Amino acid sequence: MTALLIPYEGSSPILRLVDVGKTYATGSVEVEALHGISMEVDRGEYVAIMGPSGSGKSTLMHILGCLDVPSTGSYDLAGEDVSRMSEDALAHVRNRQIGFVFQQFNLLPALSAWRNVELPLCYSGVGRSERKERAMQALERVGLGDRVDHRPGELSGGQQQRVAVARALVTDPALILADEPTGNLDSHSSADVLSLFAELHDQGRTIVLITHEREVAGSAQRVVGILDGQIETDRQLALAIPSSLASLR
Amino acid sequence: MTWGETFRTALEAIRSRRMRSSLTMLGILIGIAAVMLTVGLGQGAQTQVRDQINQLGSNLLIVSPGSTTTTSGIRGGRGSASTLTTRDATALASPVVAPDIARVAPVVTGSQSLTAGTTNWTTNVVGTTPDWLPVRARTLTQGRFFSTAELNDAAAVTVLGSTTASELFGGRDALGQSVNINGTTFSVIGLLNTAGSSTTTDDDDQALVPQTTYSSRIASSGNAAGISTLYLQASSTEALSAAYQEANKALLGTHGVTATAADFTVSSQQSLLTTATATDKTLTVLLAGIAAISLLVGGIGVMNIMLVSVTERIREIGLRKALGATPRVVRRQFLVEASTLGLAGGVLGIALGMIGAQVLPRFIDQPVTIPPVVGIGALGIALIIGIVAGVYPASRAARLAPIDALRSE
Repeated sequence: MTALLIPYEGSSPILRLVDVGKTYATGSVEVEALHGISMEVDRGEYVAIMGPSGSGKSTLMHILGCLDVPSTGSYDLAGEDVSRMSEDALAHVRNRQIGFVFQQFNLLPALSAWRNVELPLCYSGVGRSERKERAMQALERVGLGDRVDHRPGELSGGQQQRVAVARALVTDPALILADEPTGNLDSHSSADVLSLFAELHDQGRTIVLITHEREVAGSAQRVVGILDGQIETDRQLALAIPSSLASLR
Repeated sequence: MTWGETFRTALEAIRSRRMRSSLTMLGILIGIAAVMLTVGLGQGAQTQVRDQINQLGSNLLIVSPGSTTTTSGIRGGRGSASTLTTRDATALASPVVAPDIARVAPVVTGSQSLTAGTTNWTTNVVGTTPDWLPVRARTLTQGRFFSTAELNDAAAVTVLGSTTASELFGGRDALGQSVNINGTTFSVIGLLNTAGSSTTTDDDDQALVPQTTYSSRIASSGNAAGISTLYLQASSTEALSAAYQEANKALLGTHGVTATAADFTVSSQQSLLTTATATDKTLTVLLAGIAAISLLVGGIGVMNIMLVSVTERIREIGLRKALGATPRVVRRQFLVEASTLGLAGGVLGIALGMIGAQVLPRFIDQPVTIPPVVGIGALGIALIIGIVAGVYPASRAARLAPIDALRSE
């Protein structure tokens, strides 16, 4: 299980953005969603990217998650430049290096919990028995070892998000990317999921969490504030959230 | 992702939308069943006609006296004074004159009264040679056919058709019994197998005697050498047209006439068959065309449902892509799903077609024959329809950008 705990070894940062910009063309109007973003995330860091809606944080998340490519600048993920990769190559990077956790959970309703968790492994060509074994381990890890055969509809919101976290963990990725993971949860379940992230962080996982909530960002080690497509603040957190960040909301 | 997993995913997707999947399959199912039944009906009708004509014998040519011409009606003394004689039969049997004719069975017939004990039965008495049995493709249930020796000796022996035998002897064993024909006592040496259903004449009601015996004991004295019909068997199917030419030429020679003044007619089974099946074929093609259109509509149904499915499952596609599915894998998943729908519809359609082939003949007086190749072909067509219907929706799914797909609510 040590390999699960320390996913990536190397001296370079796991994530490096250099002067990344993203421009969308909606009809004849060009919208500049990101402008001159440069940042690094080291192995084992727990970073929250925070900003109000329209700040460009979703665009940044898509680029970080290799769901989209930047218009300008470069993006290195786990030592590979992914900013000019083909669609197929990006699919492989997403499969191997990134574990996604979405606001909507995005579990397939027809499949049981463990079948949902094994899904990324299907796309990386892992054999059937190994897939099941690893899915079971991941579910055990998020505390759902007794719910492996339940379908998403039979689980609470918090439990569904735990299944999604297990799915993100199962491929042993370099980066866990969580997009508003508590956005659809009540406060109790939110705290539950955030404490799970804290545990994963303690075990050496690299986590990037995107949120607009100050309380959620507060659970991270470092908070990057985004406003109008640019990095506004970048602070290491001690215990409390600096008051200057509160103004971003 | 392996093919096995892709197939499993497709099955799960089909199962989770049971109602819609079954309705989609229904289109293909009805189309395939309709195609199979129309082809089966056409085949059945053709087989029926062919069987009836083949019942006469295989590779058969029939020489009848008289000639039908466009200008002067029937030439020659058909019926009353036959233009065919035993001399013609001998000539055609010669391997030098007609090398492609394997067997010749001259037939002379007349209606006679048969008496067995106190029972009377009037039927067709046929004078012929031992070759009659193979030429007419008949078999015996009991006893034997008369031999060449019996033919040469003009022996008083007879072979009875099944109807004749049962009319004369009832349930009793006819073999070895005596029958009186025209004052002569014949002993029954064999019984013919039934010829099956025939439309025009009753092939099961006749009494066969050696041709020599017929001319010496039964025929009226003035027409001892006369022959009603000559049945010729070509040595093979390929030799049929050569045999036809040889028979024509030889008979013109023995009769000493030119082709325009011919007093006989040679006809083949093929010419009978062609006329009989031509209309059936046209009808089959027409019906199969209509059935093919219904199959096409079924295929469009599959495409329609797959397109709806892609739109509906846009989030699922986005998620799969986010988790590492390449466009190729997504395309394959939807293609396999569409072709599975097509194939399943095809299998069920074939099952329905088979049931229809059993049930339909009970309501309409028409046999339905479905050759195995039609079943296999139908399965292939169903699969191809599924694939073709899946190509466009699958490529749309593959082209979806993962962010757009994930974003949609």
